[in-house]
Amino acid sequence: MDSKQLYQEVILDHNKKPRNWGNLADATHRAEGLNPLCGDHIWIALKIQDGSIEKVAFEGESCAICKASASMMTANVKGKRVEQAEQLVREFREMATGRLDVVAQANHLGRLAVFAGVKDLPSRVKCAILPWHTLHAAFCNRRTTSTEGDADPMGLSAANESA
Amino acid sequence: MSTRAVALHEQSAPTPGLDLQRVRSDFPILRLKVNGKPLAYLDNAASSQMPQPVLDRLIRYQIQEHSNIHRAVHYLSETATAAYEGARRKVQKFINARHEREVIFTRGTTDAVNLVMHGFGRALLKRGDEIIVSQLEHHSNIVPWQMLRDEKGCKLRVIPCNDAGELLLDEYEALFNDSTKLVAVTHVSNALGTVNPVKRMIACAHARGVPVLLDGAQAVPHLPVDVQDLDCDFYCFSGHKMFGPTGIGVLFGKAQWLEKMQPYQGGGDMILSVTFEQTVYNVIPHKFEAGTPPIAAAIGLGAAVDYLTEVGMREIADWEHELLTYATAQVKALPGVRIVGTATDKASVLSFTIAGVHPHDIGTLLNEDGVAVRTGHHCAQPVMQRFGIPATARASFAFYNTFQEVDQLVAGIRRVQKIFA
Repeated sequence: MDSKQLYQEVILDHNKKPRNWGNLADATHRAEGLNPLCGDHIWIALKIQDGSIEKVAFEGESCAICKASASMMTANVKGKRVEQAEQLVREFREMATGRLDVVAQANHLGRLAVFAGVKDLPSRVKCAILPWHTLHAAFCNRRTTSTEGDADPMGLSAANESA
Repeated sequence: MSTRAVALHEQSAPTPGLDLQRVRSDFPILRLKVNGKPLAYLDNAASSQMPQPVLDRLIRYQIQEHSNIHRAVHYLSETATAAYEGARRKVQKFINARHEREVIFTRGTTDAVNLVMHGFGRALLKRGDEIIVSQLEHHSNIVPWQMLRDEKGCKLRVIPCNDAGELLLDEYEALFNDSTKLVAVTHVSNALGTVNPVKRMIACAHARGVPVLLDGAQAVPHLPVDVQDLDCDFYCFSGHKMFGPTGIGVLFGKAQWLEKMQPYQGGGDMILSVTFEQTVYNVIPHKFEAGTPPIAAAIGLGAAVDYLTEVGMREIADWEHELLTYATAQVKALPGVRIVGTATDKASVLSFTIAGVHPHDIGTLLNEDGVAVRTGHHCAQPVMQRFGIPATARASFAFYNTFQEVDQLVAGIRRVQKIFA
């Protein structure tokens, strides 16, 4: 795979000008996500009212893949119901780990399909997934999450979870 | 390539002692293409490649000599034992240890440090004792001592470094007190490439009666190392970073210490006699080599030592110095690129960051150009904390690298900057 597939304009643009960057004073849900191997570290804050995501924001320090993924994720889930967002979390994880073919199989990912190429770069899968992982943790009221150990998207537990 | 680069190329042909084309032809993996580009392997600090003579030696062992060692009286066992012990003598000569019994085969540098932590630390240190480490350590020379600290109630003291990544020797001297029982420092920093003034640091510790362990994983492949000249008490290094196989490493220890130390693991080969009442341990080095060792890997390490001796460690150090000087000048000239670690005395390593680009993105994009570098914290998070960065991209050179590969790296960095502009 080459950079034209992964480092596309849209990803570079979101990296440079991340949407929904910052914190929320009136957040109802928060979580911190850490990818200890490469140092990606993000915080996500949500304001959820009656099961709908009214506001979402993120900040942190990360690579372009992680930051663009977080930026596009926030833009995508804002205004959605929590269960719709959870559906996207599942589909994004499956796409990034090569278990969902965005061309052949029905899905709700839309423009998020620009991240499909990451499946060919196993060491970068965690970068793309971390924001989604952190969003899920915030929904579950878990304050911190990591891409290692039991939560490893490439590990056995993730495979079991999807099975 | 710039005119300046061409001029540098002409001035800096390899020293007569090192035939670059010949040594490159000894490493089959260097002929690989990655993503359609010639591989520029610049991740030697993580693991180096093996030359044909080492590969041949491994195969010969497996098809003509394999058996368990120190056990049977048959032909194969005698042959394997002779080759294994022969490798120990090669290593002894290579680092100029006084006795071959001072050379213990381990799984690697990490295993060697852990052996000293168990055999020396657990057996001889007590509550309140202090161990001096440095800001520049790899995790493998921090975590074992923290485990000991937590178990025995010892204390860790840390030698700070300046903005260039050089240890502050005045501060080092001020860390000593009556409770100091060990200094454990790296010879060459894996994250920055700093060559520490270890001979001076050892003299300073010995003046206070304190033994010194050196992590030599990044030194042995790049500089001539003489443990008697250094006068270190322990020296640890890995086979796979010095053109040998993985799974083998060395702990050099002065006999006077090894005799006093407790075995690390119990089992076969490390005993003289066993009854259910009592076990008598074997003599050094066997006391520290329980169970069947990685025989093939040890023999392969012996072949790597032969290879390095033939090429010449002085010639290797000189050529790598030219490479690093050239690479440093080229990378420094790029706007927006910061070199992390600018010590006066450096070996092999060029760590850098690019403004506005995370090192992992640098690594992925350089890989597309066939350039293999390491990105991340390099198992040295305290170094990253010292410089206030989460990670760096690190090019690390070996004697088989070329100016052309440096140019490939520099072109790759330019492309990264263009993509992220």
